[in-house]
Amino acid sequence: MKYIEEYRDGRLARGFAARIAVAARPERDYRFMEFCGGHTHAIARFGVAGLLPANVRMIHGPGCPVCVLPVGRIEMAIRLAERPEVTLCTYGDLMRVPALQGSSLLKTKAAGADIRVVYSTLDAIRIAEAEPRREVVFFAIGFETTTPPTALAIRLAAKKSLTNFSVFCNHVLTPSAIRNILESPELRALGRLHIDGFIGPSHVSTVIGTQPYEFFAKEFQKPVVVTGFEPLDVMQAILMLIRQVNEGRHEVENQYVRAVARDGNPIAKAAVAEIFELRKSFEWRGLGTVPYSGLRLKTAYAAFDAERRFDLKEIAGHDNPACECGAILRGVKTPAECKLFGTLCTPDTPMGSCMVSSEGACAAHWTYGRFHEQPRKVA
Amino acid sequence: MCLAVPMRVNVVLPDRMAQVILSGVSMTVSTALLDDVAVGDYVIVHVGYALARIDPAEAERTLALMREGGVIGHPANGEAPHEIHRRVS
Amino acid sequence: MSTKPYRRRLDIRNGRVDLSHGSGGRAMAQLIAEIFHQALDNEWLRQGNDQAAFDVRGGRMVMTTDAYVVSPLFFPGGDIGSLAVHGTINDIAVGGARPLYLSASFIIEEGFPLADLKRIADRMGAAAGSAGVPVITGDTKVVEHGKADGVFISTTGLGIVLPGLDLSAENARPGDRVILSGTIGDHGVAIMSTRRNLAFATDLVSDSAPLHDLVATMVEAGGHGLRVMRDPTRGGLAATLNELAHQSNVGFRLDEDAIPVRPEVAAACELLGLDPLHVANEGKLVAIVAPATAETVLDAMRAHPLGRDAVVIGEAVADDHCFVQMTTGFGGGRLVDWLSGEQLPRIC
Repeated sequence: MKYIEEYRDGRLARGFAARIAVAARPERDYRFMEFCGGHTHAIARFGVAGLLPANVRMIHGPGCPVCVLPVGRIEMAIRLAERPEVTLCTYGDLMRVPALQGSSLLKTKAAGADIRVVYSTLDAIRIAEAEPRREVVFFAIGFETTTPPTALAIRLAAKKSLTNFSVFCNHVLTPSAIRNILESPELRALGRLHIDGFIGPSHVSTVIGTQPYEFFAKEFQKPVVVTGFEPLDVMQAILMLIRQVNEGRHEVENQYVRAVARDGNPIAKAAVAEIFELRKSFEWRGLGTVPYSGLRLKTAYAAFDAERRFDLKEIAGHDNPACECGAILRGVKTPAECKLFGTLCTPDTPMGSCMVSSEGACAAHWTYGRFHEQPRKVA
Repeated sequence: MCLAVPMRVNVVLPDRMAQVILSGVSMTVSTALLDDVAVGDYVIVHVGYALARIDPAEAERTLALMREGGVIGHPANGEAPHEIHRRVS
Repeated sequence: MSTKPYRRRLDIRNGRVDLSHGSGGRAMAQLIAEIFHQALDNEWLRQGNDQAAFDVRGGRMVMTTDAYVVSPLFFPGGDIGSLAVHGTINDIAVGGARPLYLSASFIIEEGFPLADLKRIADRMGAAAGSAGVPVITGDTKVVEHGKADGVFISTTGLGIVLPGLDLSAENARPGDRVILSGTIGDHGVAIMSTRRNLAFATDLVSDSAPLHDLVATMVEAGGHGLRVMRDPTRGGLAATLNELAHQSNVGFRLDEDAIPVRPEVAAACELLGLDPLHVANEGKLVAIVAPATAETVLDAMRAHPLGRDAVVIGEAVADDHCFVQMTTGFGGGRLVDWLSGEQLPRIC
């Protein structure tokens, strides 16, 4: 697989592991947050953590749009899907997310609701065209990578004058989340936890470019390396971050030069700007309310806005009080430090957002990394 | 967060669509977020849309640097930091 | 020989199953005769009884039961009928037994095209004939429209344990080798490629195949060293190894580079965000083998058409946590856990 396998070469990994071990100064720790859930997943799946020296640690960030979707919003989608005339189209990731009282889209489907997993917004448009008597609603989630496809779908629906298609919009913004983390009380307060730098998202950055991160680098004096998706990219980026830290630099560097430009993708950005506007605030599961962090459809496209079309009311949700997702999403605690981890909360019975998606910190740790923490009872 | 995969453009289709291939698996995706997609281009595909083009020269350069265990844009390589930028769409 | 009680043959081309075909009357008898008996023909079915009689040989017998609800009914490389035959044979075979007989019961949805039913029955007959394991008795029911996804097939298989074997899921011990008979993920990806909403195309076909002959070869080569065998169907290789780990109270350590995966399977899994270790197989087996016998068994497998890509992928170790761990091609380590819930394509 071209442009994939070359960046998974184990021999080169060993080379990087050695250089990282040399570059990392023994007298200090290095703690880097990979913002993007895709990186969390890649690090876990390829066992990258095992190749790093003990004083270089990866902290898992909140860049998992499934994980940060509030329970109330899923519940709103469930209520929508329960309407007999509605066909709810959703990405697969959302099917098993638990909402209120243990409900989920999967269970709602089992009870007879017309819920269909789609791979693309194009599929939802096709369904709307093929079944004009159904009210087709697309459950839109995702960061800036996934937003342009939704924008294009709405544009296409408008062009085709579809009267039975709408979008339940839950798109969120990466820079707002990064800021929320950097401004969190634990981080500012007493060096209880520190983050020395960020591995910036791969594909969000193909859309927004590297430019939006320059503010964080300057304002919070943290280096950011926009990084490709493959494990060698991550290792190269870790080396770049270590060097920045050692040299006292805090710049934005682009490791993913083969796909990311400073200005990103202007066509994609224009499409998003045409269809969406900022919400004043939006709730993030585990992070609370974050200002100017979510998108909604502009009034010109109200006909395609499921919230307006169906007059949806906000539903409040809450997580189990013992759930530490908030702290875990901000990198303050590790999955193993949550009382519910592995007991009440497992991938089969997820209690909170970090376990729900395969790239949530807790799910990744459970699925790939649990053996690191267990005391070794091996003969 | 964003599962996206590099795939080669095999056939350019009307209405800004394209058939793309990865190791014998083909999909039909929208190229409406890119301009001038050509057969042989490698594009990054996410949820049925091509989001960005891969620059083969940069890809090769990254790989070459990796083979030396080097980094992108470090002054030791003789390049100024973060000045490696290319328009890719 | 009595004349048949019905005058006109079934209209296979345009006809459909209706409730009368399940009601025990003339229509049902005709359906059974012209479709099932025709396709599955053997001495037991020709006797036309509700049961099949056979002599019990000396030795230990195994029995297995399975249900097949695959959708779509016809997929690249197979169909529900041949799948039912292969799957049931495989359950017997991995128990170290020679499959002897199958039974099959059909639950058919009202309105199901007779042409499709005949195709399924014919393929079942071909699979059973080619494997040398007849379907000696069966049953037919018809349910109302919407109550079955076209057709469901439920089977039972009977076999006799091959001599000199002591297989059990509890038998694996530290040091035993884990042998995999070939590439993983073919069946699951072939099925997924038919799902319209996933919209990817590939030449991949299901690996659906009967493994009893391969097993016989393995037993002959090194049966005394075989601890346990299992076919990794739903849940994939990951589920099978985790089950065996817990049942034997051992851990497994695998080498990712050793696990054969076709490029198309790897690519499809990348696109959909799936792990080949979790994807279903229908023509593969895992064998836990004593270290002294591993090479011999492996050589025997590789000489067989269904075992050409057989390879040692790891070994059992002492581990109170019963973890299945894998060294990745990249060089790091990771757990191989059960899949949680159903495998769905993801965007994240």
